[in-house]
Amino acid sequence: MSRIRETFTRLRAAGRIALIPFVMAGDPDLGTTEELLPKLVEAGADLIEVGIPFSDPIADGPVNQRAAQRALAAGATPREILALCRRIRERTDVPLILLSYYNPLLRYGVAPFCRDARNAGVDGLVVPDLPPDEAGELVAAARDSGLDTVFLAAPTSTEERIELVCRLASGFVYCVSLTGVTGPRREINKEAITLLARLRERTSLPLVLGFGISTPAQVREVAKYADGVIVGSALIQAMEEAGPQGIEAAMRFLSQFRQALNLTPSTPSEVM
Amino acid sequence: MKVDTGSESTLRGRFGPYGGRYVPETVIPALEELEASYLRYRDDPGFRGELEEYLKNYCGRPTPLWYARRLTEAIGGARIYLKREDLLHTGAHKINNTIGQVLLAVKMGKRRVIAETGAGQHGVATATAAALFGLQCEIYMGTEDMVRQALNVTRMRLLGATVHPVDSGSRTLKDAINEAMRDWVTNVRTTFYVIGSVVGPHPYPMIVRDFQAVIGREARAQILAEAGRLPDYVIACVGGGSNAIGLFSGFLDAEEVRLVGVEAGGEGLETGRHAATLCVGSPGVLHGAYTYLLQDEHGQILETHSVSAGLDYPGVGPEHSFLKDSGRATYVAVTDTQALEAFQLLGTTEGILPALEPAHALAYACALASRLPREAIILVGLSGRGDKDVEVASKALFHEVHQESGR
Repeated sequence: MSRIRETFTRLRAAGRIALIPFVMAGDPDLGTTEELLPKLVEAGADLIEVGIPFSDPIADGPVNQRAAQRALAAGATPREILALCRRIRERTDVPLILLSYYNPLLRYGVAPFCRDARNAGVDGLVVPDLPPDEAGELVAAARDSGLDTVFLAAPTSTEERIELVCRLASGFVYCVSLTGVTGPRREINKEAITLLARLRERTSLPLVLGFGISTPAQVREVAKYADGVIVGSALIQAMEEAGPQGIEAAMRFLSQFRQALNLTPSTPSEVM
Repeated sequence: MKVDTGSESTLRGRFGPYGGRYVPETVIPALEELEASYLRYRDDPGFRGELEEYLKNYCGRPTPLWYARRLTEAIGGARIYLKREDLLHTGAHKINNTIGQVLLAVKMGKRRVIAETGAGQHGVATATAAALFGLQCEIYMGTEDMVRQALNVTRMRLLGATVHPVDSGSRTLKDAINEAMRDWVTNVRTTFYVIGSVVGPHPYPMIVRDFQAVIGREARAQILAEAGRLPDYVIACVGGGSNAIGLFSGFLDAEEVRLVGVEAGGEGLETGRHAATLCVGSPGVLHGAYTYLLQDEHGQILETHSVSAGLDYPGVGPEHSFLKDSGRATYVAVTDTQALEAFQLLGTTEGILPALEPAHALAYACALASRLPREAIILVGLSGRGDKDVEVASKALFHEVHQESGR
């Protein structure tokens, strides 16, 4: 069983849902990211999603766009980010999921990237502009390397597409909470709950909700339905606003979510 | 006329290995819906009749094929014919596509349309079609392009469209497409995204090509009537490549006709400041399609440069990538300076100010014509008129004149 699935199994047994921060590797530089990731674990991260910056992130709102621009300006490359993952893996067992748009992976070479990522201790991949229809090459290479491939399901996904996503996904399914790009939102869209229920009927994979989650109250609200939450833009924004104190700000920010989840036991099985 | 050149595998959304659908899951169902609607209406006599009516009586089709006698004499070689898309309503070939797509949007029940624009011609053509059909229209445009194509920004606003400035990246066409895609991801249920070139995820490269194929159909019949045979060369500028695909599609099956796409060489390929994607790029994924791109060694998209906003784009339509690899079309680059010279030459010899985009195609055609005999025929796609570029051109040309006279 993959490190990702083991983590979800352990959390489910403990009656908790997973807290998954998303950070952009190299924002504002790779040294900061290297210091940050273990601190996120300390602050309560169960898994970590690490972004590889891309020049044209069409699924991202302004906050993540700025983070990618800062990382690119600082010269972050896929190769250096994999090296960073390897160093992090020596320090912690937390599952690492890399998020990248497809072109940097293509340029690196899909099979070499999967192999090098696995060797660096990476556990899974998310490619937001690669729907399962186009993912044959990536899925094959990831399976060969022992990496999980996380696919996205959206509120607009048809029944046929949800079937397809569930068939090709491994590790977990990334449920997009709204029709839109990443970025902090005030409320959880009702569509998110509907989507989770539709997925729950079709798969035993853990369901993780992302896009727009920015407050501990929202996390409490969805803990009944999801197996995990991804907190990205709001965390990056908190770090952005804190400037040189970004790491401390990130830890404080994430701790609030951890506390909220500790007070809210998950009951996904009861939803069924 | 249906011609299978190997590039008609578009029901799978592929031109050889190129094309596809590399977009977030959220919009995939909308692409499926668009594809199904398009395939239903494409062969529907009612839809086709309606479209033809608008193209004829609203847009001004067919456009003339003009034998450029004085230009030909000035060059002293092959005969040069111009397919006059610049005479269409709104001043460029873009309206062929926007009337088609907006009509489709109406059939699909969408009341809001969005579009990206570079030179502003596609934005104007979308705003025009939206006004004609009474739809809400919002246009994304890079701030760099808003400055150099200010006239078109005003035109769009006068037509009732909202123009959203895009201030990210290189502030040009690429970034406008990014922002339009983000809008579409957000408003996908109510909004029709009118893509302006043969780029983007399937089915857009197919749809835009089909709507622009009228250029090639007319040009083929016209040159046969005029010259009694097909041309030796068909030449068009390529940014995303919609006017080139439209024109080429009329000649793909005639192997004796050489097809040449002319890209923006900017300040010269050796300077790195250009937009010659097919000349020096490599395949990758941008804006939903696998196609040639200008990218760095890590797969980041490069910023481009061209005097012409409509060609200033680091990607290209996937069908062009296929035509390049298959050898059916060849792709060359022309610099800013060469394009400006051709811009001026056409004005003084023919009384036609072309847009800076087709001025690139003209520059190559003139250089080629001088090496060919009088019997040879070159057909050039004059995709748009130059009113929008008068300021940029006069700045560049008068600046040079000023420098020379100062010596």
